[in-house]
Amino acid sequence: MTGSRLSVAGVVGGGLTALCLLAAALSLIWVPHDITVLTIADRLLPMSATHLLGTDHFGRDMLSMLMEGARTSIAVALVAVGIGLGLGIPLGLAAAAHRGGWLDEIIMRGNDLIFAFPSLVIAILITAVFGPSAVNAILAIGIFNIPVFARVARGGALPLWTLDYVMAARVAGKGRFLISLQHILPNITNLLIVQATIQFSLGILAEAALSYIGLGAQPPTPSWGRMLADAQTLIYTEPQLAILPGLAIVGMVLGLNLLGDALRDALDPRLQRRRA
Amino acid sequence: MIRTLLSRALSLILSLVVASVVIFVMLQAVPGDPAAFMLGLNAQPDTVAALRAELGLEGSLPARYLDWVSGMVVGDFGTSYTYRVPVSGLVADRIGVSGPLAAYALLLTVVLAIPAGLIAASMRGRAADWGVMGATQLGIAIPNFWFAMLLVFVFAITLKWVSAGGFPGWSDPVAAIKALTLPAVALALPQASILARVLRGALIDTLDQDYIRTARAKGLSRRAVTVRHALRNAAIPVLTILGLQFSFLLAGAIIIENVFFLPGLGRLIFQGITQRDLIVVQSVTMLLVFAVIAVTFLVELAYTLADPRLRRR
Repeated sequence: MTGSRLSVAGVVGGGLTALCLLAAALSLIWVPHDITVLTIADRLLPMSATHLLGTDHFGRDMLSMLMEGARTSIAVALVAVGIGLGLGIPLGLAAAAHRGGWLDEIIMRGNDLIFAFPSLVIAILITAVFGPSAVNAILAIGIFNIPVFARVARGGALPLWTLDYVMAARVAGKGRFLISLQHILPNITNLLIVQATIQFSLGILAEAALSYIGLGAQPPTPSWGRMLADAQTLIYTEPQLAILPGLAIVGMVLGLNLLGDALRDALDPRLQRRRA
Repeated sequence: MIRTLLSRALSLILSLVVASVVIFVMLQAVPGDPAAFMLGLNAQPDTVAALRAELGLEGSLPARYLDWVSGMVVGDFGTSYTYRVPVSGLVADRIGVSGPLAAYALLLTVVLAIPAGLIAASMRGRAADWGVMGATQLGIAIPNFWFAMLLVFVFAITLKWVSAGGFPGWSDPVAAIKALTLPAVALALPQASILARVLRGALIDTLDQDYIRTARAKGLSRRAVTVRHALRNAAIPVLTILGLQFSFLLAGAIIIENVFFLPGLGRLIFQGITQRDLIVVQSVTMLLVFAVIAVTFLVELAYTLADPRLRRR
């Protein structure tokens, strides 16, 4: 019974995530209305057949705004996860391969140091210093993904290095680099996939926060956080402008978190045993 | 024991040094000359030079770094470019808002999370557990600034129970606490959700231990076992998370203070950024990083002292 409920959560999570990803992908080729055209006469229209979710204070179609906003938010979070994976995995694998050595020590101390920083404070600082833009938001979020993936990769790799088949590969003369690549990495992909889902959802939240305070994607590029910022002064009269982008963020983040939990349960045999 | 403490203290100092270098170097990379910015377009070159000297912008990078750091150690955070007053004075004013806000939010986090975690763990698999887990899942997914906007809409605009923002000052403590309530609730929601989940997990782990079964077999009630044995052993993960959450509360406060127009440290950093008052940004950021690193250190220290098993490591 527990198992079926958990997979229900997983299906809901996967569905929400897929919906957001599809909306973002669809916006590349089609949106209901062109949002670069401001029709002031159509401002603040209620929900209707032509404007399914109504229009904003510039007369832009809310559904189209949300779809294009999804694209910005998802792109920023996804590339930030890519930075974390691309740099974090090699660092973590290298640290595990040289366990206890100076390289391990340096990598792990560096990780601890980045962890010690309040990430959003530094993200705000980076975007503030180098100017607000989507690229700087990606960098600011991505830097903090590196130690997370390095830690997960190292933690997953360490027990593998003691296994017989890795020993056999070493005895056969295979170098640490090749062993990491061919034997260790394929066996920690599960861990990395789960962590990537979590970091993706954190990235969506971080991007929303940065663009909300004006340090993320710049107008006219819509993003969910930006839409919330624009809606704030109108909240007295037009609360739906603030509610819709917020719901989009919650849907995406909730979906990713549920999906991540379900993936972890499905991919980690230890948890399955405990749950039974 | 002493060795552990010494090595922890050493890594604390090292973290602070590296953090200060990173922050200092980063802010040196900002384009533009603050002195020229302050004096405007028509400033004479010699006036700009004089102001640069006054602001401590002359000299080699290492010299300026040492100047800044040694100043910070004795509480001299430099002089604000915009306000022409010591940054320490600005900080002291703002801590009176941010400090109580973070403490208030932390208090709410604990008050909400501990009962929720206890209920979920002791009712594992039942409706109450699913309710808590569902609610916390939602709590984690809601951006705190959006939650803040919703709170403003419901409690300030529709119900008119509190004002939508601003801070009346501590001369009227009731009004001050009232003004901090919505921001604290907004900050606490996601943190309480995370803490409740961590507590539930930790409690479930301990409740599966043999000594808990022994205690039950001796005739102790479920409740007594949970509170007396399990809760105590769940303290370490809870303390660790609380330490981390302090960092999130500080960072979250930057955004929440902007939603509610609270004159706190977060707003000070933010104003510093928009006004290019870089010394304010530099010093306040360093202060926040110091607070986070110090809290993490104290938490580690606390549970090393509390748990005999960790002392020898």
